[in-house]
Amino acid sequence: MLLPFMVLVVAYSIGSTIRLADNPNDKLLPGLLGFGEAIQRMAFTADPHTGEILLWSDTKASLFRIFCGLGISTVLALAVGMVIGMLPHVRALLAPFVAAIAMVPPLALLPILFIVLGLGETSKIALIVIGIAPTMMRELAMRAQELPREQIIKAETLSGNSWQIALRVFLPQILPRLITSMRLQLGPAWLFLIAAEAISSDSGLGYRIFLVRRYLAMDVIFPYVGWITLLAVLTSLLLDQFRKWIFPWSELEAAP
Amino acid sequence: MSELVIENLWKEYDSQIVLERISLTIASRSFVALVGPSGCGKSTFLRILLGQEQATRGKILVDGQPLPAEPGAERGVVFQQYSVFPHLTVLGNVLLGKEFSDAGIKAKLFGAAKRNAISEAKAMIEDVGLGGAEDKYPSQLSGGMRQRLALAQALMMKPKVLLLDEPFGALDPGIRADIHTLMKRLWNQTQMTIVMVTHDLREAFTLASRVIAFERPRDRPEEREGYGATITKDHEIWPPRVAGVASNYRPPGEGK
Repeated sequence: MLLPFMVLVVAYSIGSTIRLADNPNDKLLPGLLGFGEAIQRMAFTADPHTGEILLWSDTKASLFRIFCGLGISTVLALAVGMVIGMLPHVRALLAPFVAAIAMVPPLALLPILFIVLGLGETSKIALIVIGIAPTMMRELAMRAQELPREQIIKAETLSGNSWQIALRVFLPQILPRLITSMRLQLGPAWLFLIAAEAISSDSGLGYRIFLVRRYLAMDVIFPYVGWITLLAVLTSLLLDQFRKWIFPWSELEAAP
Repeated sequence: MSELVIENLWKEYDSQIVLERISLTIASRSFVALVGPSGCGKSTFLRILLGQEQATRGKILVDGQPLPAEPGAERGVVFQQYSVFPHLTVLGNVLLGKEFSDAGIKAKLFGAAKRNAISEAKAMIEDVGLGGAEDKYPSQLSGGMRQRLALAQALMMKPKVLLLDEPFGALDPGIRADIHTLMKRLWNQTQMTIVMVTHDLREAFTLASRVIAFERPRDRPEEREGYGATITKDHEIWPPRVAGVASNYRPPGEGK
């Protein structure tokens, strides 16, 4: 499992060594030592201007935005997805709309968001929500629609009314899918966050990367990219563990 | 008591006639098996009894009262597949009906009501031979055990009519014989009338007190659209089988 990662590191070191042998001031592929220095500077030393440790303040700002965006999207997706999946009338009305909204390129909306919502946190969170919520809604609606008709009939013969069936039959079978959907949308969520931070921000991991780009500071960019990747992977793993813990049945082979 | 009277029932899809001239009186506590070739409308008839589909013409009366149009607790059902809820344990599945009927909008029981429901559910689970499997999920059960669970779940509601749609069609012969024994015992113990669709004539004659065949009397291709299936054979089993009365005749091999 670790082999491909090690191959990547070794390949990078070889490339870096070759370039550094040619030109000791090369900035494109800094050596591992260079990374060490940059990490020391960014992650463990307080910035002289602000007195804050930059990596941590950036991480805090970005994580706040991404979790707000994910949280709002999840709640929206659950509400809209359930209603579209369960109620045919609502589906006929809303499904084409959601499908069309999902096709709007979110980044094209970013200027509008900045104009309407200002340059603060709201517009960045809104971009994440606009970017990922429609896809999550569609996925949940599909899952709700996929529930076998027999299950609903059976629930009705057990004297369940629509509300009870939504609560005890639909909801618990959709929640594991919701978590999986969150995991799959982590990548796009980070994409939209970094895009928004790159254009207008004064903190955040994406902001920092685009700031130091001006100085060709690859020794900072590479560790930041690695750190973002690590955060995304950890979030995904935690979400999956959470799903297995809360919904153990979702891990079992599907019952016919 | 639960006598079913079907008066001149027709079912049409657009111009296609599926069932015609179905008139039938099913005595209380009888066990009727519906047989016939594929596409003869026997499953459609069962779905009409269930309330999943509506008859185009004709009446269905239960004890003289018209049958409610939507599926409800007076009708129990076991399908060949998807009869149990994959996200609930065996105990959770059997409890669900009680929680729907007794717990209102929370659809979950608490305290003493919950303890009573659980002891009732456990007795039912024991009765169908699933004792010890209370905490298993349906996907951890064999096909035969899943159908036992579906039966227990339906029987908790004490339905007037139990509808079975090829419930044992997917089971191995040995397992099917065991579940036939259970089915006979349950029929003798309870007050319900059973209607079962099956394509297995042996099963029909092993279990039922009356076997009814559906067929299209006019089945030439040009006649198919204009003429539906109707009852062509109606056999009372001899010697008569009466629920709750021991029969001194046992068919060889199967059932007790």
